[in-house]
Amino acid sequence: MIKHLRSAADLDAETATLILDTAGEMAALAGREVKKLPTLRGRTVVNLFYEDSTRTRISFEAAAKRLSADVINFSAKGSSVSKGESLKDTALTLQAMGADAVVIRHPASGAPHRLASWVDGSVINAGDGTHEHPTQALLDAYTMRSRLGRIAGLRVVIVGDVLHSRVARSNVLLLSTLGAKVTLVGPPTLVPVDIAAALEPSTEVSYDLDSVLPDADVVMMLRVQTERMQDSFFPSAREYSRRYGLDVPRMRKLPEHAIVMHPGPMNRGMEIAPEVADSSRSTIVEQVANGVSARMAVLYLLLGGKA
Amino acid sequence: MTSYLIKGVSVLGGEPADLLIRDGVIAAGGRADEVIDAEGLVALPGLVDLHTHLREPGREDAETVETGSRAAALGGYTAVFAMANTSPVADTAGVVEQVWRLGREAGLVDVQPIGAVTVGLAGKQLAELGAMATSAAGVRIFSDDGHCVADPRLMRRALEYVKAFDGIIAQHAEEPRLTEGAQMHEGKVSTRLGLTGWPAVAEEAIIARDVLLAEHVGSRLHVCHVSTAGSVEVLRHAKARGVRVTAEVTPHHLLLTDELAASYDPVYKVNPPLRTAADVQALRQALVDGVIDIVATDHAPHAVEDKECEWAYARPGMVGLETALPVVLSVLGEQWELIAERMSRAPARIAGLTGHGTDLAAGTPANLTLVDPSARRVVDPAGLASRSRNTPYAGTTLPGRIVATFLRGEPTVLDGKAVK
Repeated sequence: MIKHLRSAADLDAETATLILDTAGEMAALAGREVKKLPTLRGRTVVNLFYEDSTRTRISFEAAAKRLSADVINFSAKGSSVSKGESLKDTALTLQAMGADAVVIRHPASGAPHRLASWVDGSVINAGDGTHEHPTQALLDAYTMRSRLGRIAGLRVVIVGDVLHSRVARSNVLLLSTLGAKVTLVGPPTLVPVDIAAALEPSTEVSYDLDSVLPDADVVMMLRVQTERMQDSFFPSAREYSRRYGLDVPRMRKLPEHAIVMHPGPMNRGMEIAPEVADSSRSTIVEQVANGVSARMAVLYLLLGGKA
Repeated sequence: MTSYLIKGVSVLGGEPADLLIRDGVIAAGGRADEVIDAEGLVALPGLVDLHTHLREPGREDAETVETGSRAAALGGYTAVFAMANTSPVADTAGVVEQVWRLGREAGLVDVQPIGAVTVGLAGKQLAELGAMATSAAGVRIFSDDGHCVADPRLMRRALEYVKAFDGIIAQHAEEPRLTEGAQMHEGKVSTRLGLTGWPAVAEEAIIARDVLLAEHVGSRLHVCHVSTAGSVEVLRHAKARGVRVTAEVTPHHLLLTDELAASYDPVYKVNPPLRTAADVQALRQALVDGVIDIVATDHAPHAVEDKECEWAYARPGMVGLETALPVVLSVLGEQWELIAERMSRAPARIAGLTGHGTDLAAGTPANLTLVDPSARRVVDPAGLASRSRNTPYAGTTLPGRIVATFLRGEPTVLDGKAVK
């Protein structure tokens, strides 16, 4: 088993499949009266969050606690350099406290890579800058497999601000590893031209959402920050929504079986219409539940559990 | 003054001969106090670096004029130019004279201060360029390096104004609106790593604008640290038109590529950023062709805490004085004539620096360095004379060892060690 999960590229198909299978076993546990496993008793998991992200932190916390680990939440909001302790000093502190795993959320891309060079324990990337969010990709893959029965051969369309999206990067890498075909859609300002060469050659790029929907098995809408407007990535929220938002008429173009995903938090009315978010195709609430199972599987396997 | 007979040295790769140094100059013949057996060594005119950051005044924890001078001497240099982005900024006669005086006191290389183009490097108002030119430091090169003189009208005025004292503007070519938040070369690696890109066009657009401005006002322009294949094409075109433009390339842009950023280790973070292998090839060819005139190190020492952090928070820059000649040797091979031109004669000529970059003929100032081309060295950051350790070559084996350096006949380096 790998030691760190810094990028979805750390996972080969075999390892990723093992994590998804393990997540399935963990999910079965959620239906029981006693939801806890003793597996990680006596082990310490630190949630080191340099960005506010209540949903991701709670998800990791629930995952660690269900495995009986001791959980320390370390909120270190703000730049580590401009004020207070450096990341390295924080790492040495966590090392001295005997952290077996550090879950890190950080505004700087690559912070988990730096952290892994300073601690002995496992490092799990819970979102770094505009780089990656590999456990999100795992929970998304788990959700697709649960709903559609497979991943290999699926046509997955990811729509929105690919340039700044760590969710998109991790999903492209993981889904390609597992044999899905990914198409990225968004305005050209938000889809780097060389993304296929950068991540996975089989990735396709389209600027026309309507043309790709009829063949999609999965549509994943990314959160688009309205601030991007100020930097002229697109003219207005309305225009963005008209060209790239998933509304009811567009949803009707999807095949019968296709599902709609969103990593949350959503801008209802911007990238996704409320009727779509609340439709039976939507897996948004399931994704949250699956997040706990997927993160349990990652902690379990990285900290030396056996499947 | 001790006289030296350097026996059996190969001047610029020529047949072994004896070189006599007496009273600060190369002498025609006669006796000597000391004999240096230089069999197998190559003599070059002392190297001249138009682009260093010596950090004094202001960041003496990262480098001082003295420690930077020692690093330079160990790298084979006899003259270095110190950029103006100190604290306070070298934008007045007082600061440039202070740096110049510190260089004289250290006495290891000639330290020539570069004056800021604009007050506080803020890009708003011309600094007192004339006062710096007529100061004891005799400043001829002006640069806001670290920042681009982005305002086209201000750049035009600066180019025109320095004609009065044969000055030259050295531009850090970076269109700031195209590089906001930039962390590394914009390309497939930046896309994969999720680091904001620094597009090649941000450099090329400024060089294109500036060569046209320099042509329009008939001034001299020097382009700092050229890093892209596109910039080379713009320069080639400008030179063919007769524009008075010169350009430099750093050793690291001749050797390293943006793939190194994948480690997220900020020792590879530099501005302009490391580019692609295709850019590296174009820069090497341009250096051979003469489209790029010189190699300059952009020696940029940084304290440990400014590099031992997240990539985005780290300061850009690499130390380079002690590894420049070995890197160039590894790139060009033993083309001594070319190396002397690109690392000594041409930089001295661009700067109007007399006494450096001259052939080792009788009567000329004895500014020279002796190199053992057969030696191989593994770069050890802890072994550097620079006060900072941010070399991208740690653990790399590089060819060539600087055995001795002489500044006006006085040894600054002997047996590969600094004399003082």
